[in-house]
Amino acid sequence: MPEKIREPLLRELSSPGRQGVRFPDLDVPQSPLPGDLLRGDLPLPEVSEIDVVRHYTRLSHFNHAVDINFYPLGSCTMKYNPKINEALARLPGFSALHPLQPEITVQGALRLMYELQEALKEITGFAGCSLQPAAGAHGELTGVHIMRAYHADRGDTRRNKILVPDSAHGTNPASSAMSGFRVVEIPSDERGNIDLTALKAECDDTLAGLMLTNPNTLGLFEEHLLEVIDTVHAAGGLVYGDGANLNALLGIAKPGDLGFDVMHLNLHKTFATPHGGGGPGSGPVVCAPHLTDFLPAPIVVIKEEATDDLPPFYGFHTPAKTIGRVKAFHGHFSVMVKALAYILMLGGPGLRQVAEDAVLNANYLRVRLQDAYRIPYNRICMHEFVAEGRWKDAPDVHALDIAKRLMDFGFHPPTNYFPLIVHEALMIEPTETESKETLDAFAAAMLQIAEEAHTNPEVLHSAPHETPFGRLDEVKAARDLVLQWDDRPPK
Amino acid sequence: MNIPAELKYTKNDEWIRDDGTVGVTDYAQDQLSDVVFVEITVSEGDEIAQGDIIGTIESVKAAADVFAPASGKVVSVNEALDDRPELINEDPYGEGWLIRLELANPEELASLMDAAAYEAYCASREA
Repeated sequence: MPEKIREPLLRELSSPGRQGVRFPDLDVPQSPLPGDLLRGDLPLPEVSEIDVVRHYTRLSHFNHAVDINFYPLGSCTMKYNPKINEALARLPGFSALHPLQPEITVQGALRLMYELQEALKEITGFAGCSLQPAAGAHGELTGVHIMRAYHADRGDTRRNKILVPDSAHGTNPASSAMSGFRVVEIPSDERGNIDLTALKAECDDTLAGLMLTNPNTLGLFEEHLLEVIDTVHAAGGLVYGDGANLNALLGIAKPGDLGFDVMHLNLHKTFATPHGGGGPGSGPVVCAPHLTDFLPAPIVVIKEEATDDLPPFYGFHTPAKTIGRVKAFHGHFSVMVKALAYILMLGGPGLRQVAEDAVLNANYLRVRLQDAYRIPYNRICMHEFVAEGRWKDAPDVHALDIAKRLMDFGFHPPTNYFPLIVHEALMIEPTETESKETLDAFAAAMLQIAEEAHTNPEVLHSAPHETPFGRLDEVKAARDLVLQWDDRPPK
Repeated sequence: MNIPAELKYTKNDEWIRDDGTVGVTDYAQDQLSDVVFVEITVSEGDEIAQGDIIGTIESVKAAADVFAPASGKVVSVNEALDDRPELINEDPYGEGWLIRLELANPEELASLMDAAAYEAYCASREA
């Protein structure tokens, strides 16, 4: 591995007898663990506090973060997250709550959850909301369970099939399969839409539903969306909306109005809370009136309306045919605080501008790059677009080389090799929080790299050059997994 | 691109020889790039049908299911791939084979692509 800095492992910093924390003397009699429960083969490092602090601080300097520079990681919506949201989530009135406190002592927190449920329903045009799911894929699984419960409740038990477009996130077929459904893939047409003929061929009385991401992972708005939804509904199926790309629609179109039955939202993407190692996520599920009875319990409701003297009393409610609880306690509460703060600070017009600027930024980059990079579905995009990282006259250059070379310019690479329907895919999502200057700097780097691919491909193959570590051997890392400290030399 | 004339090919980039040996094509290994893990989910003695999933190939780029090009009984599985998944990259039509079938219905092979048709199919996807 080419490296300029070698950060030792904690184990290598270990010195016998060194310790970071000294525990107070016991004030109770010592009670030894049974001998058969003790093991002596764990080589825990013996290090001081400052060793640990410096080790992790140095490692953090090797990392890229949206607080350092542009992070156009397609499909992930790596927008800047305002720091005031963090300050609010850390207020002791929120952070020091216990989830088992009586309702009467946590009215403020319950009000916050209630208002977030109402805000998400308003933004998406749905009738019901559960904040429980831990993140996006968990929200999907919850939504698919709701669809299953709906069909079962109607005695419609033949419906064992869920349709998933070939451009979908991999979690869509996974959530469907985990819920016991058979997954059928639907191809995309030449404009990147769902192939309507293929869809119609699968719309029979075994159809439980369709999972649809709109805009899709090509960053394109589904041009026949209403016809797609009507087709599925006419066959008795439900339409699940993967809300991963809701950022592009905020304040402009409501999925509930468009005919979706149930969807999840990624608070940690659309509503600006940290994710990708800075998490946790949060994947609330919203749904249309015919599905609200199946939502996971509990949800927050007003139990007693406000009077002249008293505010409303908030409490938990269990929907009549609930699929049950999907998460311990009430979901990721601190993320809810940040998301509601973000929504309230932007307001309706601000949320709409989020979508407008995200779409404008993506189209600006798309047009700036389209002469240097082939864009296979090149039409007005939404919040992201997918380019190809390959050229006929540079057969050895791959998307991975472009991604690595971008790191030399201080940018995080785009998502590569996804979606699978584009060769050597480079999926670019600038988000709304970037200035034109940043977009121009990124475009300049991408254009220089395209030029290098034709004239000096070696500089791409050997990239990155300016990072603390050079090109890592990903193949060796995957083939020779080492998951545990071992004094023996690696094979 | 190496496309041996004596093999039959599927749209999912598997090949099959008339003796029932199954693998993935040179095009498939090139698209996947470096293979890091091969999981064959059928065992010797299993009866499988054309189109059944027989395993998964994982590379640094993607994980891809592999489907049976024909129906039959599994007579052997390439265990060398457990330790050396790179055989799929190095020798996709030889040491990188996946399973061997006792064909239940040899006429099924007629429904697959021959080398010329498969070459045209690969070219169409490169456009």
